[in-house]
Amino acid sequence: MSQTPTNLTRRAALTGAAATGAGLLVLRSVAPASATPEAMRAVMRTIVGDAPLRKGRVQLDLPPLVENGNTVPMTVTVDSPMTARDHVTAIHVLNEKNPQPYVVSVHMNHRAGAPHFSTRIKLGDTQRVIAIARMSDGSFWSGEQDVIVTIAACLENF
Amino acid sequence: MARALINVPPKAKVGDIIEIKTLVSHPMETGYRVGLGGEILPRNIIQTFTCAYNGEEIYRAEFSPAVAANPYLAFHTLAMETGTLEFRWTGDNDFLLVETASITVE
Amino acid sequence: MRALALALLLVAPLAQAGEIPAAERRSDTVTMSAELRAMQADDMANPASFWALDGQTLWDAKAGTSGKSCADCHGDAQASMKGVAARYPAFDGATGRVLDLEARINQCRTDRQGAPPLAMESRELLDLTTYVGLQSRGAPISSSDPRLAPAIETGRQLFSARQGQLNLSCAICHDDNWGRKLGGATVPQAHPTGYPIYRLEWQSVGSLQRRLRNCMVGMRAEPYPFGSDAYIALEAFLMFRAKGLPMETPAVRP
Ligand code: HEC
Ligand code: HEC
Repeated sequence: MSQTPTNLTRRAALTGAAATGAGLLVLRSVAPASATPEAMRAVMRTIVGDAPLRKGRVQLDLPPLVENGNTVPMTVTVDSPMTARDHVTAIHVLNEKNPQPYVVSVHMNHRAGAPHFSTRIKLGDTQRVIAIARMSDGSFWSGEQDVIVTIAACLENF
Repeated sequence: MARALINVPPKAKVGDIIEIKTLVSHPMETGYRVGLGGEILPRNIIQTFTCAYNGEEIYRAEFSPAVAANPYLAFHTLAMETGTLEFRWTGDNDFLLVETASITVE
Repeated sequence: MRALALALLLVAPLAQAGEIPAAERRSDTVTMSAELRAMQADDMANPASFWALDGQTLWDAKAGTSGKSCADCHGDAQASMKGVAARYPAFDGATGRVLDLEARINQCRTDRQGAPPLAMESRELLDLTTYVGLQSRGAPISSSDPRLAPAIETGRQLFSARQGQLNLSCAICHDDNWGRKLGGATVPQAHPTGYPIYRLEWQSVGSLQRRLRNCMVGMRAEPYPFGSDAYIALEAFLMFRAKGLPMETPAVRP
């Protein structure tokens, strides 16, 4: 369930900021976040294999406007009853613009009780983050969110 | 010196879904950053985290350099029986940290 | 890019001018995202807890020729250090100088423990300052010693004076333009409620002086040397300006 428009371009972000009267919004070397780069697609293939990847049942929660890409709080929630017969076995989080597509993977069984985890990740740039859940029946589901990463003001060195 | 913080409820009822929070002190150096002298800072990350409940692995995480410094992970498990939870982080440069917490289940 | 942002801020109409009215005074914890506020509020999620815990270990560790620990003289920090950080910088009668908390701790290191002073921004000094600061969490900032007046006045002047290549003053941003956006950041009111802080940009804990240094670099002004009277005067003025706000050490900031 993504909360932000999926084709957010630099211009849209800047206009959006100006329109709300918020003033200046400086983005770090932003390119349109619409294309899924090759590396991420290749990793998705290795996770999913030949199985279809369906959209839904996975919710990613990240702040849509990230204050500092060094530490971005993230929660992933999967829609699953978590019974012995029907549960999540793994959740993989990928991104398209960090140097590597892999962010974090977690593995569990029904004893996790709740299909839900929180961590904090690094995002060097404005981009799309995708989470893929593998269910005990072998099906794969995904959710995504676009995130705008802004730069902090007044850093140690210019 | 403090290396990990773990929050496990000390008591629970059988079948309760409990939340476990972990925070570990680690730089998670990506291997892509440049130091003050222009040199590439070598990668130094935690690669895996596991949680075992009375000896049985119930949760595992694989971290990449994109996990933030001082990794935080919160997840859930079903309270099954009284016993010990063992948390284990392993990573680059032979990093190994093992912590335990006990839980009473009624 | 960032210089441009600063320049544009200068020509933009002022959001408000002059000192912040008491009713509008607030910690910039409230302008952070819900996620960062949650990280600050939960000791289990706030990485600064590692510094505080290490500070507690150092509190009990013997050091120097005296062979004494902080605890040997001060006992339980939860009792003896309660509310202390909320009234620092403080006037030190013995030397006639104004000391910030770091300088005060170092004075005990050298004069009472007989140990070498800890370097500014060293892990140990941050640990101890975070641990002592934590004992004031929730206490209102209250510097009422009249002997601080000259330092506060010096700090006020430094805060209002234009400086650096961009010809900015602290007040232009923090009195006149707080709440506006600069880069991705919201210009805060700049209250020192949460120091030492865990700053995401640093991926570490740092002192108020380090934070002020970052702003000076941002203004393209020559930063003062760590530990200088100019920083201590600015700290004294910022605490005076933040009077009544509750301490939040250790806060999280972007
Ligand atoms: C040998 C005893 C002794 C030791 C050891 C010692 N102190 Fe002190 N400390 C004092 C005394 C006495 C004062 C009060 C001095 C005064 O009021 O002029 C003081 C004052 C302070 C204050 C200021 C309190 C206030 O109300 O303003 C702080 C903070 C402090 N010490 C921290 C520390 C720390 C941290 C350590 C360990 C690194 C430490 N001290 C070690 C004796 C000691
Ligand atoms: C160009 C505008 C600007 C100027 C000039 C400026 N600052 Fe800042 N200051 C900021 C911004 C923006 C932040 C928040 C940074 C961030 O989150 O990335 C900040 C943060 C701070 C904070 C931290 C507040 C908190 O909530 O922890 C303090 C204190 C501070 N500034 C003091 C000063 C002082 C003192 C000066 C003058 C020496 C100064 N600033 C000059 C923009 C400015």
